Amino acid sequence: MTSGRSLAGGIALILVVMGVAIAIERFRDGTYRLAEPPQDALSVTSNTAVGRLSLGFRVLNADLYWIRALQYYGGVQRAHHEGRRSNEAGPEYGSLFSFLDLATSLDPLFNIAYRFGAIFLSEPAPAGPGRPDLAIQLLNKGLAARPDKWEYMQDIGFVHYWWNHDYKAAAEAFEKASQIPNAPWWLRSLAASTLARGGDRRSSRIMWTVLAQSSDNDWLRNSAARSLLQLDALDAIDALQKVVATHRERAGVPLTWQGLIRAGALRSIPADPTGTAYDLTPDGKVRLGAASSLAPLPQEPPAAPAS
Amino acid sequence: MNATLWIAVNVFRESVRDKVLYNLVVFAILMMGASYLIGQLTAGQDIKIIKDLGLAAIAVFGLFIAVFIGIQLVSKEVERRSIYSMLAKPIRRPQLVLGKYLGLVLTLAVNVGVMVAAFYAVLAYMRWTAPPAVLDALDGPALDPRMLKAVVLIFGQLAIVTAIALFFSTFSSPILSASFTLGIYVAGHFSADLRNFDQVIDSAVAQAVARGLYWVLPNLASFDVKAQVVHAVPVPNGYVALTLGYGAAYVAALLTLAAVIFSRRDFK
Repeated sequence: MTSGRSLAGGIALILVVMGVAIAIERFRDGTYRLAEPPQDALSVTSNTAVGRLSLGFRVLNADLYWIRALQYYGGVQRAHHEGRRSNEAGPEYGSLFSFLDLATSLDPLFNIAYRFGAIFLSEPAPAGPGRPDLAIQLLNKGLAARPDKWEYMQDIGFVHYWWNHDYKAAAEAFEKASQIPNAPWWLRSLAASTLARGGDRRSSRIMWTVLAQSSDNDWLRNSAARSLLQLDALDAIDALQKVVATHRERAGVPLTWQGLIRAGALRSIPADPTGTAYDLTPDGKVRLGAASSLAPLPQEPPAAPAS
Repeated sequence: MNATLWIAVNVFRESVRDKVLYNLVVFAILMMGASYLIGQLTAGQDIKIIKDLGLAAIAVFGLFIAVFIGIQLVSKEVERRSIYSMLAKPIRRPQLVLGKYLGLVLTLAVNVGVMVAAFYAVLAYMRWTAPPAVLDALDGPALDPRMLKAVVLIFGQLAIVTAIALFFSTFSSPILSASFTLGIYVAGHFSADLRNFDQVIDSAVAQAVARGLYWVLPNLASFDVKAQVVHAVPVPNGYVALTLGYGAAYVAALLTLAAVIFSRRDFK
């Protein structure tokens, strides 16, 4: 009985003291907010050094660097969404490639680190560092480790197509991917259509549809689905631009969506596939709404015809 | 032989009394906690990372048991002076060394066995809850039995580490034994560098020393096939068998040396 009471008393004391500690911590955090100095996301940048320090735990260390890459990428993106600069020394996303390079050096078979990494690296600001060259470098590293992975060569083609607008290089990459054993049959036709109609929004749609349907990963599928929505938005903007141009020629008045609705040109304020209203600038240009999750839209070559 | 087995069983019983098996609870909590947290963090790579983490945790938990119990196997008996009563019985000293070793290896086997069961249980749960697309993206099945090859080799590595710890325990203090054992564990992962030393240095003497160290130090890196099994890269049975054979020979050499040293020790 006595020992039971002393145990209960001990547990109660622990709870009280822990409660006091948490209360003090909360009070301190609410009262004093110290500015954090900019810091380097990476403390060790040598693949060799990290590999040696890992002893028999290289792949686990690769996982940790992969998680750090995701947190780092997400952290910089979140800082952008919140309208502040990330707490990082040096250029934004400047350490992203190093994280991915370390993860894939420690585990050269880390499939998703190559594929996601290439997407992260290719995205232009503010969604990414806008470094398709590093994306291709990472994918080539993956191919050196796994020459049987036609997906990496396909991804190289995507980067050339979508971000470099180098349709010849994209077609070559798709062609090379199609020659890798077990590659799907449609890569060869993708190579041909890319060469014939490079930059065409229709061929872009074919590519993203293929990726959305063939990818074995939710994130890649979602990324492809988002790109398809971006293409829908581009189509809608082109159509709206024609409406605006027609109305402007007829009426020649300062343009607003309400004005176009009153004139019978539109039934309601047009919205993109995510439901965010398009913006109409005073000089008559239709743009994606600032709050749209589809922003930024991909840049198309000047000569690309709308589908 | 009966005396050896009697000692081995007693070492196992003592480890149970010392609550060594409590580490299994920690392992289970680690695996379950990690499986939840990692799912939030890793963009569909949770099963791959749980495989990596589980195999690494089995190796680390086993390493701690092998080192921190192995270094006390003999020294504790000397410190407690219970060695006198043991040596008064009809037990030969080599039998004592072998019995102590087998007892700790048995403890490790039970630990590793339970950890493997918990590891596969967590993977089974993750496989059950994972969307088909995530399972398709894995290099190998979630419950890939080929991962057992890595576990077998981890166990082989732990058997060597136990023999190293026991060897030092026969003539050194626990702190020094732990330092030496962990030092050899680290050096054992750099054996490939020792083998390739001649490519970075011209001195023939240094090359000979490095080559000698390469043969003398245990090649622990060869027991590490965790990356291969997680990515479903084939690990031939012959490789596993030869590596285990190498390990058995190395353990036999260490135990013989330990028995010789222990037989020559004067406890008067």
